[in-house]
Amino acid sequence: MFLFIVFALIAIVAGLGVILSRKPVYSALFLLLNFATLAAMYIMLQAQFLAAVQIIVYAGAIVVLFLFVVMLIGGGELNAVDRETSRQGDKANIASQRSSIQLGWPRLTALVLAVLLLAGVGYGVITGQLHQPTGTAAAFGQGSVEAVAATLYTDYLLPFEMTSVLLLVGMVGAVVLARNE
Amino acid sequence: MDWINLILIPAIKSVVLVVVLLTGFAYLTWFERKLIGRFQQRIGPNRAWKFGLGHPIADALKMIFKEEIVPSYTDKVLFVLGPALAIAPALLIFAVIPVGPTLNLFGKEIPLVVADVNIGVLWVLAVAGLGTYGIVLGGWASNNKYSLLGALRTSSQMLSYELPMGILLIAVLLVYGTLNLNQIVTPLTPIPWYLRVWILLAFPFYFITMLAETGRKPFDFPETENELVAGFQTEYGSIKFALYYMTEYLHILGASGLAVTLFFGGWRGPFVDQFPILGLFYFAAKVLAMVFLFIWASASVPRPRYDQLLRFCWTFLFPISLVYMAVTAVLVVVM
Repeated sequence: MFLFIVFALIAIVAGLGVILSRKPVYSALFLLLNFATLAAMYIMLQAQFLAAVQIIVYAGAIVVLFLFVVMLIGGGELNAVDRETSRQGDKANIASQRSSIQLGWPRLTALVLAVLLLAGVGYGVITGQLHQPTGTAAAFGQGSVEAVAATLYTDYLLPFEMTSVLLLVGMVGAVVLARNE
Repeated sequence: MDWINLILIPAIKSVVLVVVLLTGFAYLTWFERKLIGRFQQRIGPNRAWKFGLGHPIADALKMIFKEEIVPSYTDKVLFVLGPALAIAPALLIFAVIPVGPTLNLFGKEIPLVVADVNIGVLWVLAVAGLGTYGIVLGGWASNNKYSLLGALRTSSQMLSYELPMGILLIAVLLVYGTLNLNQIVTPLTPIPWYLRVWILLAFPFYFITMLAETGRKPFDFPETENELVAGFQTEYGSIKFALYYMTEYLHILGASGLAVTLFFGGWRGPFVDQFPILGLFYFAAKVLAMVFLFIWASASVPRPRYDQLLRFCWTFLFPISLVYMAVTAVLVVVM
């Protein structure tokens, strides 16, 4: 329980860091920390395989891609060395602030959605629908690779294959978008 | 009694491992310089002590006593965090690699692996994936075009070569039927000889992905000195540079240890059953042979262009590894 509280606190702080950081690179790193604490929680739930996959997929690939995009497309520049470019940077900052003021409605939508999500989760917690254990870790083979694979390829075969099709669609879409330019 | 087994023994094992690894790193640099010298028909370092054995110690002292410089216009936090984030994963890889059989010391059975976990190979992949951050962040935080280019190259090179590497690993793991590295060395059911030979066919391709993942010559694009000055580590000096330097060599050791375990039977060798301590020496000898391969490749193969590297990965290595995995799956089921 003590460990859970520690990791939960780190996760919450990291989550806040993601949305409160000024620099996109720091946001990505806080996201990485958040994923790492999630992996630690998986290990506390006896799900070693899930923890490893969490690190490999999210930390090893996705956040690296985030960083790659941030560095390549920009938005993550450090202070420029000479004064000329830093003045241009200030102008760009002001311009981006203006555009963020103009773009008020996405924030409103996000707020409404966030309140809805909170209400939904709160309802689930209060009525007890969100915490119904359907089996212990021991019954599930300690979350081993064999147990996860067996469930995935028997009980959840259709959703699993559908997900792979979804990923394929996403890939094809990305190629089409890239070709258009 | 419980805390001895749970905390004290793993802690002692970790400390011994780290000390051995860091000493090993120091003499690996000596080994490489000596070998490269011979490859280029020079003598190599021979000033300090016999055979130049004092050079690594002198290098270490020099690195430690140099002035720490953090350039202005860098991101100070990440600039310092970068080398630390690079070296920690490089050391963590060894936690799951079995370096020898179970020893009987002071009336206790002590397996020569820090953590005998079921997800051994996945642990190595996960930790190696984290190793990218140290280099990418260091390169970005330096606020230098060359460093940034080096960091970008690192991330795309690592991501690309992780794919064929992972797929070749899947094929090898299909044969062993387990992710636990201890069980891979000592399988519960013996692996037939033709499957062992079949695995060896994958080794040349796996070795290429290893070269790219460790960022070694001829694939040292993150730090190509004739294009990018020194790549991601251009702005680094003194001990922070030394940490990056250590990381590179620890990656070589880690990759060699994993390859030896997967392809060449780990610590196994003649008479290991009678004298378990021999296993340690067999493992060290095999890792050294693998490191020799690394240095041999760096001495004899010229560096390709960066786009050639990525094209080679996506149009040759990736399809080949997919085909290899499919054939292996059929072989394992049919035979």
